[in-house]
Amino acid sequence: MAERTAGRNGGVLRDGLGTAWPICLGYVPIGLALGVLAQKAGLGPLETALMSTLVFAGGSQFIAVAMIKSGAAAAAIVATTFMVNLRHALMSSALALPLNGVSRRFLALFAYGVTDESFAVNMARFRAGGWDRWRALVVNHAANLTWIVSTVAGAWAGEFIPAGAFGIDYALTAMFICLLVLQLRSRFYAVVAAFSGLVATALSVTIPGNSHIVIAAVAAATAGYALRRRRTAGGGR
Amino acid sequence: MEFRTYLAIVAGMALATYLPRMLPLVALSSRRIPPWLADWLDLIPAAILGALLVPGLFAGESRALELGRPELIAAFPTFAVALKTRSLGLTVVAGMFCYWLAGKFF
Repeated sequence: MAERTAGRNGGVLRDGLGTAWPICLGYVPIGLALGVLAQKAGLGPLETALMSTLVFAGGSQFIAVAMIKSGAAAAAIVATTFMVNLRHALMSSALALPLNGVSRRFLALFAYGVTDESFAVNMARFRAGGWDRWRALVVNHAANLTWIVSTVAGAWAGEFIPAGAFGIDYALTAMFICLLVLQLRSRFYAVVAAFSGLVATALSVTIPGNSHIVIAAVAAATAGYALRRRRTAGGGR
Repeated sequence: MEFRTYLAIVAGMALATYLPRMLPLVALSSRRIPPWLADWLDLIPAAILGALLVPGLFAGESRALELGRPELIAAFPTFAVALKTRSLGLTVVAGMFCYWLAGKFF
């Protein structure tokens, strides 16, 4: 532990960036694409930078840009953003386990950077050990900075960048695959993840929007919890 | 669009994004989490990753089920690399390559 705190200055930044780079790589094509769309919706680099800095939520930014373009009401855009980002409440609840007892001020800053990607990466690292909140914070902010820069670059010059180069569109999917593998500590977790994926897929092709993520995750975690309790009760513990 | 309207939209979006990320974290981390909740939350990462990943393998933007998408085909070797190496970086690079290759053939 002493070693950990002693090596904080150089080690934190290096470890954080070394962990964050796959996220950053994945954000570049998505950020560029968002910038291009924003530009087409009449938003300049400044407006795009403002949104990416204050909001930092890829999915809802895409939806917001499309809604702005179609002239939707401000309240509708905000309400949609809320629905789309509700899944992060689930992630931030789970992050309360490794971040238990941390000061409110730190958490207020940390919460800003909780995304699908940073959540999954940090949870995997916390689980593996040798990870702390400062390294996790570096991951959040490295991802955020990359996001801002790539969306602004897209708004500026996105149309000159070829789409789909080098399979880069698959970077985040591949990252999620690896993060899922890291979460599969036993067959039980694999069953929960598979069940959740199945439910999410069935829901995603039947209902619009992205509520399928929250519904499927809550259903699968609850089913898994009930199953595990029954098992341990039946096992005579 | 007027800049002031845009500013109001972005401010509203910022709150709608930040509050769901901040409130549960602050509320839960300052108290002892009951064991049943900890057990339930323990399953959330695996569940949420399944829900984030799988739909995109079987259906695209149009939300129609489709087998044999390059996303799905590339997922198998990518999964194997992840299992074997357990490295985020290697998996991402291998996955990108597999996807690029799958796009050539499918």
